[in-house]
Formats: sequence, structure tokens, C-alpha cells
Amino acid sequence: MAIGRRTFIKIVGASAGATAVGVGLGSRLLASNDYVPDPGTDGDEVIPTFCEICFWKCGVLAHKKDGRITKIVGNPAHPLSRGRLCPRGTGGTGLLYDPDRLKRPLIRKEARGKQVFEEVSWDEALDHIAAKLKEVAAKHGPESVALFNHGYGASWIKALVQAYGSDNVGAPSYAQCRGSREKAFELTYGSAVGSPEVLDIENTRVLTLIGSHLGENMHNTQVQELADAIGAGAELVVVDPRFSTAAGKARYWLPIRPGTDIALLLAWMHVIVKERLYDRDYVAKYAVGFEELEKHVADKTPEWASVETGIAPELIVETARFIAGARPASLVHPGRRSNWYGDDTQRGRSVAILNALLGSWGRKGGFFLPTSYAVPKVPASKKIEHHFKEPPDAPLDRPVPFLGEALAHGLRDASIPGANVAYPIKAWIVYGTNLLQALPEPEKTVKALEALDFVVAIDVLPAEITGWADVVLPEATYLERFDDLHAPPWKRGYVAIRQPVVPPLHDSKPGSWIAWELGKRLGLTDYLQGDVESYLDARLKKIGSSLTELKARGVLLAKREPTFIEEGLEPTFATPSGKIELFSKQLEDAGLPPLPQYTPPAPAPAGHFRLLVGRAPMHTFGRTTNNPFLGRVMRENVVWLNAKRARELGFETGDDVVVVNQDGAKAGPIKVRATEGIRPDCVYMVHGFGHASKELHFAFSRGADDSQLVTRVAIDPVMGGTGINVNFVRLERAAASEVSA
Amino acid sequence: MNPHDVVEVISNRANPGIDPHLHVWGWEIPGYLFLGGVVAGLLVLLAALELTRKRRPTSGAAQWMPLVAIVLLSLGMGLLFLDLANKEHVYRFYTTFQPTSPMSWGSWILLLVYPALVLLFLSGLDEQRRDALVAWKPVARLRLARLLRWAMAFGDRHRRGVVWLSLLAGVGLGAYTGLLLGTMAARPTWNSGVMGPLFLTSGISTGAAVMLLTRLDPDETAALVRWDIMAIAVELVLLTMLLLGLSSGGTNAQAAASGFLGGAYTASFWSLVVMAGLVVPLILNVLEVKRHTRMTLFAPALVLIGGLALRAIFVAAGQAHVVGVLH
Amino acid sequence: MSTGKRYAMTVDTRRCVGCSACVLACMAENDVPEGYCRDWIVSEIHGEFPNLTQEIRSERCMHCSNPPCVEVCPTGASFVHDGGVVLVDPHKCTGCKACIASCPYDARYVHPDGHVDKCTFCIHRVERGDNPACVSVCPTKALTFGDLNDPTSEVSKLLRTREYKVLQPEAGTEPNVFFLK
Ligand SMILES: Nc1nc2c(c(=O)[nH]1)N[C@H]1C(S)=C(S)[C@@H](COP(=O)(O)OP(=O)(O)OC[C@H]3O[C@@H](n4cnc5c(=O)[nH]c(N)nc54)[C@H](O)[C@@H]3O)O[C@H]1N2
Ligand SMILES: Nc1nc2c(c(=O)[nH]1)N[C@H]1C(S)=C(S)[C@@H](COP(=O)(O)OP(=O)(O)OC[C@H]3O[C@@H](n4cnc5c(=O)[nH]c(N)nc54)[C@H](O)[C@@H]3O)O[C@H]1N2
Ligand code: SF4
Ligand code: SF4
Ligand code: SF4
Ligand code: SF4
Ligand code: SF4
Ligand SMILES: [Mo]
Repeated sequence: MAIGRRTFIKIVGASAGATAVGVGLGSRLLASNDYVPDPGTDGDEVIPTFCEICFWKCGVLAHKKDGRITKIVGNPAHPLSRGRLCPRGTGGTGLLYDPDRLKRPLIRKEARGKQVFEEVSWDEALDHIAAKLKEVAAKHGPESVALFNHGYGASWIKALVQAYGSDNVGAPSYAQCRGSREKAFELTYGSAVGSPEVLDIENTRVLTLIGSHLGENMHNTQVQELADAIGAGAELVVVDPRFSTAAGKARYWLPIRPGTDIALLLAWMHVIVKERLYDRDYVAKYAVGFEELEKHVADKTPEWASVETGIAPELIVETARFIAGARPASLVHPGRRSNWYGDDTQRGRSVAILNALLGSWGRKGGFFLPTSYAVPKVPASKKIEHHFKEPPDAPLDRPVPFLGEALAHGLRDASIPGANVAYPIKAWIVYGTNLLQALPEPEKTVKALEALDFVVAIDVLPAEITGWADVVLPEATYLERFDDLHAPPWKRGYVAIRQPVVPPLHDSKPGSWIAWELGKRLGLTDYLQGDVESYLDARLKKIGSSLTELKARGVLLAKREPTFIEEGLEPTFATPSGKIELFSKQLEDAGLPPLPQYTPPAPAPAGHFRLLVGRAPMHTFGRTTNNPFLGRVMRENVVWLNAKRARELGFETGDDVVVVNQDGAKAGPIKVRATEGIRPDCVYMVHGFGHASKELHFAFSRGADDSQLVTRVAIDPVMGGTGINVNFVRLERAAASEVSA
Repeated sequence: MNPHDVVEVISNRANPGIDPHLHVWGWEIPGYLFLGGVVAGLLVLLAALELTRKRRPTSGAAQWMPLVAIVLLSLGMGLLFLDLANKEHVYRFYTTFQPTSPMSWGSWILLLVYPALVLLFLSGLDEQRRDALVAWKPVARLRLARLLRWAMAFGDRHRRGVVWLSLLAGVGLGAYTGLLLGTMAARPTWNSGVMGPLFLTSGISTGAAVMLLTRLDPDETAALVRWDIMAIAVELVLLTMLLLGLSSGGTNAQAAASGFLGGAYTASFWSLVVMAGLVVPLILNVLEVKRHTRMTLFAPALVLIGGLALRAIFVAAGQAHVVGVLH
Repeated sequence: MSTGKRYAMTVDTRRCVGCSACVLACMAENDVPEGYCRDWIVSEIHGEFPNLTQEIRSERCMHCSNPPCVEVCPTGASFVHDGGVVLVDPHKCTGCKACIASCPYDARYVHPDGHVDKCTFCIHRVERGDNPACVSVCPTKALTFGDLNDPTSEVSKLLRTREYKVLQPEAGTEPNVFFLK
């Protein structure tokens, strides 16, 4: 008892001494702890490579400890990441360690569409593919094999397919994405905008975004430059039916009626031309067709555009002056996914022409004139000499006048029996593209898949497309393989390396190995690169470097070169006139409007909303929605619905609904987000959720898949792209049985 | 700001126990606060009985009451222990004293309460009961007789001190159960100077109820009923002050008040705490005193229900409302 | 032992796009348990269509100068480290959760191992001269970290030149995370 008492008093005494100084300070003074937490996630080894969670190709540093990648951070030396990453790049380990990854080669056991496979050895799988491809070629010619692809690793397979004799290489990332924009700029400036886009956003003073939703579209360097521009006082004009992240930062948000952008762009040009706000010297020096343009926009008044766009005429005038006031550092962003309404090349042309009026092409704060690190190719021992047959990617009765890359949906349509094409497609190799979510009109994709003689999918995950393949090959992820060097046109030339950080997990193999092994079996090795490391080393030796050096450094920078007119560079334009073609003779000759024509969008059927889609910063389409790490910051998509309309319809945020389109196609259930941040005539959701593949355990049926609702498209008459914003939906309350816990 | 300003707040934080609203304290803490309050009430009332009547407890029930309190307190501490997420570090409470932490005060007060209760008990027994206790088999088996006799003698010698210590410990314990919540500036429902006195008086009322459930001497009963009436009356005043304070406070406080005035806790609060726990027992008590009718067990039972409900509702309501950001 | 520093963070709400790279970088850096986060994104939209304003914030523990979480901690497990960084010593933490209840910003949580956990300002990185992981990754450079007692630090300069606010100033916690307007 006595002892207890003394101890008690002693403790009180000791603390009382400490508190005597004052209660407010007490906690401070008692802070004698020196425990400093250190999670110890730094690697024993830090390996540079570049990212493939999207297609921007940021340089990263992978920290590796005890054979595991602990974290991925930006490589400060890399011009695209500058040491910083978007959330998806940070989340790359989630793909590497995804328990759902494809682990071993698979051969189909049941009818296509069911994921019932047998695990086989690589030899067995590759022998089988080679035999089947030979069979198809014997019957229909090698050109009846098509490659669908997306991603940097596709180059090896592309070379293989071309060596085999087919130039039918298509990617949804063209006709379903940037195609119309690229064609519009090629027609106007003689060169595409490219990827990474040649935009000098960091130096711009007014950035106009026509739907391009930077900040949600998380292409790293662009977002970095957007923030730097804002930090330096740049102002934004954001034209979007939805209150996007960028709209929230804009001086002007114009919630335009969907599909009426050309009217707005023409009215802006009307004001800028009428008030002589354009860059007269620039236009006189570099452009042709101004007089025709002037005439063309003379009646495109703000009042006229206001009726179409729902934007007040005064606001159109005010924003036109505002945009012109900052020229030439006034950039009207060309956007990226531009397959919206079928008139997309014309919209792209409007943007291109407006930029020409602002004199922003080749100017600081506009479009830079890129340079690149010239790293010569090392040719294979034999050059391909056979003559390729033209891709059958457009029906014979509806030719596409300005084809660029092969149209992926066109190659698909050519695979459907009875297609009106020069020759049919009979076999598919699908590399890194999930055609069931990427192509519009999924029912056509299924029809093609059902009819094909043979389908191979090369993927990292059991995506929907793998369920339709006869053979599934598990590729090693970008963190486990070499790919070709990356030296794109950019503000400053550089060359970057992709190298394995860890050896391939499971029984997966790099694409370069797969292509080579298939090449062996098809007798094509003379046309292909063998050992990837020797090939890369040989390429690098040509610039006085070596694989060893690049493996250690990750990236080499070229000498700085001028990229702007201000730096003394003279732009050249690879157009027929050698100038910027405001008026397009090429289009006129093809019987198409030589100056952008506005066509009003079809109205919505009663009770329907126009379906708009976009990106969330934390995910890349459907390729990351199974990534459990990225799932920690965004688990599912929601459907944005105007708050007032939601009240009228009796929906609240969090309600589960099924989205039904004009043709009865359904997607969901998905939760409603009732928000003031969207027009009352449309709804919006992020693309890439609602996976149907049960093998994607995390992503399966989480949220809704917008691609199921794209049962109609508007074909771009210029380049053949598929406008998808022409579908209309209504929301039905989900039955309790449909809502998974 | 325009009056029609619509605010839409979204967050991707979803920490378990934190979102969509706090849920760190479940049933254990209200249970502990309730039992702690009862024990505090018992200490205060036993001390008060002795100080006012100037003699040690006469009824058997009153003599055994400190032992009941020890059991209840141990139960309460058991609940507290159950609530700890890191149980193996429980000893850390007693390797330090943190003067700014009500919980640290509380843990040390609990250590004060035990000896006070033991001494109050042992030196409060009459001779007959002392002999019986010392002769009790387990006591003999554990060879505790000498220790008990010593403690009884010690208690006898310092009885006044023991009683005052009990009073002090009781007030400390009762007030601390309220202060624990009341000092949380982050939770407007709790953050009020009234919480300490409120939980103390409620503790006294529930303590009285426990005692009134037993067979006491008539004068003990009479005193307890009288004090209970006073305690309930004070509690009603304090609750009114609390609600008034919340309603006249900032937006967060008003949101907290609305929980009791139309919001999620309105029905339970007004029916269980106010009507069943306070108003009805108050009326019954007053009637009993006025009409000299026989005591029923009805009023004490209601008081206990009300006391438990008070703590359960406050612990829940304080966590339900998130200050500032709505998720 | 004190270095006389007062660490602080600024969050530029004009730059932040709410991408959550900071949240993921924190998880990777600090081995944050599955299902939990130490930092998070809050987006606030005010107004009615089409007159709207938006603020996006990356939030975390405010490392308050007057931290109620430290005041209420009965064991000293929550403490103020050099530079004003509020830390939790898991070896002393009982998991009583008083600190969680006391934090106006709901910045803390119970780690599955039983102790309380929260943002550490990446003190392990800071003490070797690096920025916190969230600051390093942020593609928009919305986050800046530094010593407020050093007038030449980036954070000091930002607070001198930009308008800013703290969250819930009425709570009296004196936060050291500042939101630039
Ligand atoms: N409805 C609708 N359709 C759209 C869009 C839309 O917004 N809505 N967006 C369009 C746009 S802009 C684009 S660019 C396209 C993109 O669509 P896709 O071309 O399909 O591109 P991803 O979705 O990136 O490709 C996904 C596939 O690549 C796999 N993959 C990931 N990493 C690797 C790898 O390292 N190797 C291999 N072999 N496979 C890998 C994934 O598991 C997944 O199956 O979709 C277009 N289609
Ligand atoms: N985080 C993340 N970033 C990505 C990707 C990703 O998957 N995830 N994918 C990348 C790829 S391949 C692409 S192609 C890009 C796509 O990204 P962007 O090219 O920036 O945008 P889109 O997907 O074309 O358009 C979406 C936006 O257009 C708005 N919109 C819809 N209809 C209209 C209209 O009629 N008029 C106007 N003015 N606006 C409209 C929508 O509300 C939405 O804000 O993103 C790239 N960046
Ligand atoms: S933008 Fe993000 S996902 Fe795309 S390459 Fe860069 S870091 Fe990777
Ligand atoms: S990483 Fe930067 S931009 Fe992205 S949410 Fe965090 S603070 Fe904002
Ligand atoms: S934010 Fe919360 S946890 Fe952080 S120091 Fe302040 S009170 Fe403590
Ligand atoms: S939970 Fe841990 S850190 Fe928090 S107050 Fe209790 S002992 Fe202190
Ligand atoms: S400072 Fe470190 S611990 Fe805190 S939120 Fe940032 S990354 Fe996480
Ligand atoms: Mo795209």
C-alpha cells in the first residue's frame, strides 16, 4: 500500500513539474518522443523505364526491394514526366501484381465468347497459332489477317504481321480517337498534331478548351503545363456541356449545347475577322484562302450561333475578343478524342483555322514545331518487298476520301460475312486493345468475332476480348520487358528506354519474344529483329551511346534546338499549296465542304438525354479499372445528371439506375450523381467501367459500360471516323436484384 | 454568398470508422460512461449521506453499496478495455500522466476511486458484518484476514478523510465522464462546458436509482429521493442550457442541435432521456414525497434507462455530425 | 534537439485538379493499409447551373500548432515532433481513439494493427532533405512543403504573396496546411 502510494505521488510529481509551465505548452514540452516513423519503401535499386498505363510514355523510376517493386515515381530527367506522375503512372504496381493477370498461354475449349480455356505451353500455343495463320493465308491470302493494336509494345507484332503480308493494321486509337483531329490538321497545316501533342501550353496566355477535359484527361505533361500556365496567370475558356475540372478553373465556362461547337467556332471567327482582331501579317504570310473564309463567316453571326449553341451573343463576342486579345499565345486546344458527331474533321478544321487566325501555329504559347533525337533504325536482315493490298476498311459503296491509318471499325466490318468490301478479313490478332469496349456498335464486333476463322489475343489481363480469342497469349507488362526506344517529336529531342524492372511474373513473355517465336514458326525471321537487347544496343551505338548507358540513365536528351518562329525557325507546310489552307482545295476536289459547315445535331427522342463520355484522372479506359491500387481512389463510375432534372425524375445522388439507350441497349446498374455541373439535356459517364468479364474480379460489373450504349455512330465523311455522341439514353431505376452489394 | 447557394461536396476519403461519419466509439464507451456515472453517483451519495447524517451507513444495503460500486466500476473498466484497439498497450495509461488529457486524468482518478471504495466499504461495515466477512472462506483461504482487519482499522482511524476522498473522487469521476466528451472542440454536440456537470448530476441521479432499488432505511430513502429530485431538476436545467447553447451557436452547433430538434435523435432523446429518464421520475418522486406514498421501483428503473440512453445518444450524436466537410 | 523549424504545406487550389496522384503516392510511400488513406481529395461546387464555382483540395492532417489530438492523448503517443510535425508513436498508442474524436479534420484512423495512424508529413523523407511523397508526385505542383520560420522558403513566399485560408479556423487548432486561393 505504502509503496503504491509513493509511486503514485512520484508520477504525479514528475508530470506536474512538466506542466507547471502552463497547460497550453504542456503537450509541447511532453513531446520528448523521438520516434520517427520510416516505412522503408525506398528501393535498394532504382531502375528507370517509361510508363504504359496510358500512351503518353512518361519516364519513371521504379524502386525495387527484395525483388519487388515498392513504388514507381517520376524520372526528373524525362521531359514528359519531369519527375512527376499522374495517378495512373503511380499505380503501375497495381497492374504488375494484379492477381487476375493472364498467367499462362490459353487455348479455347468451348465456343467463342466463353472464357473456357485450357492452359498450354508456349510451344503448343505458338505452334497452334502458326498452323492456323498458315491455314487462313492458304485459303484467303495473308492479307486476310488483321492486327488490331494499341500501345507501344505493338511494334514487334506489327512488324510480324507486315512481314507476313498484311498491312491491315488498325487501332481504335485512330478512328475512335484522334483520327479526325489529325486529318483536320493535316488538311490545314500539312501535319498532324501527333502524340504527345505539339502544344506549348505552359507559355500560353489564353487556353481555349473545346471539350478537351485536361485535368480529367490526365496526359501528364499537358496537365503539368496547364497548371504552370495557370500559375503564370493564363486564363481559360472552356467550352463543355459539363462543368469539367478545367471549367472550374476557367474565366469563361460556356456550357454549350452538345454538337454545336462548329457554330460557336464560326461565330468566333466571324467576330475576329469582322473586328480585324486576327494576325494579319501571319495570315498574309503563311495562309491561303482568307477571302473565302471571310465570305464564309460573314453571316455566321453571334446571334445566329447563339440560337444553336445556347450561348448568349454578347458572351460569344466577349470571348472572341478575349481569345484574340492574347494572340499569338492564345491556343485553341485541338482536343484528342474527337470522334463525337460525325462532322468531326470539320470541327477539327474550325479549330485549326481559328488557330491560324490567332497565328498560334509555330508560336510560343501555341503549337511548337517539334524536334526529335534522330536515332536511326537498325533494319532487319531483309526488307519487306511484297506489295500490300489496300486495307478493306471502307465499304466499296461508301469510300472514304481521306483515309489515314486503317480504320479499326472498318476492318471489323470487313470481317462480317457479306460485307461489301474488296476482300474479307478472316483472322484477327488483337494486341493490347479491348475491342469489345473500344469499338462502337459492340453487336457488330460480336458478329465479326463469331464468324472469324481464327482469333489470337495478346493481352495482360483477361479482358472481354480474350473471351473471344481461340488462343490467348499472356504478355509481360511494361515493367517486365524491353520495347523499342522512344524518341518522339517534342520540344526537345530525347530518347528513352523501356526495360524490365523485374523478370516476367508467371509464365508471361515480352511481345518482342512472342513476335520472334512466331516469326520462326512462320519462316519470317529474316524480316524481324532477333534478340531485343542486341537490337537496342545496335541502335544506341549509332548515336554513340549503348544499351548499358541508357539502362542506367533511362533517357538521353538531344541538343536544344529552336522550335518556334520567335526563335528564328521558318515553318513549312506539307499542304499542296505549301501554306496553311484555310480554304481547302483538297476537300473541295473531293466534293466536301472546303470550309467548315455547321449541321445542327439531331434532337433527342422524348424523355432521352444525349450520352456523353470522358475520362477520370485515376483510370485509363477499361485497362485500369481492374487495378486494385487505382481502385483505392476510384472504384466505379457514376452517371452525371443535372440536379434539377434529377429532382423532376425523382432521382437522388447514390440511386442505382440502369441506363437504356434509344435502341433498348442497357448498361449498369450505375449510381446517379445529381449535380448542377451538367446541362439538363445530356448525361455523362466515365468510359471503361462495367466490365462483363468475370475473370476481372475487381472490375466485374462495377459501374456501367458506356460502350454497350453506342449502338449508333455518325460516320465522318472526310476520314471515316465513328462519332459516338449520337446516342440517347434514359435512366431506369435499377431493380434491387440488379444491384450488387 | 447567395442564399440559394447550392453546395455539392465530394470526397474520395473512405476510412473505416471515419467515413461517412465518425464511428470510433460503439456501445462500449456509453456503457462505460454510464457505469462510471453510477459509481460516481454512489460515491457522492454515500459520502453525502454520511456527512449529513453524521453517522456511518445503517442499512445493510448501504453498507454493501461500495462493493456494488467496485463491481460496477470493474465492469465499466472492462468495457473501456474492450474498446481499446491496441489492448496490449493498456499499461501505457499508467506509465505517464498527461495533464491536458481528460482520459489521462480519468485513468488516474479511477485508481483513486478503487482505494476510496475499498476503505469506504470496509470501515463502513458494522461489527457483525466485519466478522462475517473476515470469517468468509475465500478470505481465509487467501489469508486476507489480517490485511482486511488492518484496512478496517485504517479506515476507522481516517473515516472522515475516507468520506471526503470518496466525495472528491466521485465528483471527479462523474465530471470526467462528461468532460471527456465536453472538451472535444471538434464535435459540437459534445463541446460544451455543461457536459461535465450534466454527466455528474446524471451520475448522481442514476447512483440514487441504484440505491433506491435496494432495501434502505427510511431516512436514507427519504434523503435520496429528495436529492434525486434536485439532481433531476438540475439536469433538466443543464440540458436546456446545452440545447440553447447549441441552437444559438455557429452553423456546426446548430446542425448538432437539429439532431435533437427534428433530426435523427429527436424521438429517442425526447422519449427516453427527457420523458422516461427525467420528467416521469421527477413527477413520481415529487408525488411520493408529497403524498408520503410507498416507494415503487418504477422511478429508479426509468432513471437508469434514461441515464444509459443519455450517454448512448450523446456518444452517437456527437460522432454522427461531421464538422465542416460533409461527405 | 529542436531545429527551430516550423514545417508547413500549401495546397494551391487553383492548380490542383483533384487527380489523387498525391493519395496514391502516399499509399505507396507509406505502406498505407488497404482501404485507408492519409490524404484525400475534396471537391466543392457552389452555385446553380450555369453559375458555378469549384474548389478542389488535397487534404491531410494539418499538423496543427495547437493540436487537440496531442492534448487529449492519455499516453503521450500523439506528440509534436521537431518542426511542429504531429506524429503518433505506435508503441505507446492504446487505440483509445480520443485523438480521433478530437480532430476536427478527421485526419486520423485506427490502423488495422491497432494503433492510430495518419499523415506524418513524410518526416522520414523530410529529415533527409526530400519533399513528402505527395508533394514530389503532384503533376500540377499544387503542393509545396517547407519551413515557415525560414522567410526565404517557398511556402513562406507563397503565404506572403497569395491569398490563403485554413480550414475551420474557428476550431482554434492553428493548422499548418494552408489553402491558396
Ligand atoms: N464507348 C467508348 N469507346 C471508346 C472510347 C470512349 O471514350 N468511349 N475511347 C476511345 C479512345 S479515345 C481510345 S484511344 C480507344 C482505346 O481503347 P483500346 O484500344 O481498347 O485501348 P485500352 O483500353 O488502353 O486497351 C486495353 C487492352 O490492352 C491491354 N493491355 C494493357 N497493357 C498491355 C500490355 O502491356 N500488353 C498487352 N499486350 N496488352 C495490354 C488491357 O488489358 C486491355 O485489354 O477506345 C476508344 N473507344
Ligand atoms: N486519366 C485519363 N486520361 C486520359 C485517358 C484516360 O483513359 N484516362 N485517355 C487518353 C486518351 S487516349 C484520349 S483520346 C484523351 C481523351 O480526352 P479529351 O480529348 O480531352 O476529351 P474527350 O474524351 O474527347 O471529351 C470529353 C469531354 O468533352 C465534353 N463534351 C462532350 N460533348 C461535347 C460537345 O458537344 N461539345 C463540347 N465542347 N464538349 C463536349 C465532355 O463533357 C467531356 O468533358 O484522354 C487521354 N487522357
Ligand atoms: S500520363 Fe500517367 S499513365 Fe500516362 S504515361 Fe504518364 S504517368 Fe503513365
Ligand atoms: S496530385 Fe496534385 S493535382 Fe493531383 S489531387 Fe493531389 S494535389 Fe491535386
Ligand atoms: S489535423 Fe487533426 S490529427 Fe492533425 S494535428 Fe490537427 S488535430 Fe491533430
Ligand atoms: S488512440 Fe493512441 S494516439 Fe490516440 S489518444 Fe489514444 S493513445 Fe493517444
Ligand atoms: S506528407 Fe507524406 S504522409 Fe502526409 S499525406 Fe503527404 S505523402 Fe502522405
Ligand atoms: Mo484516345
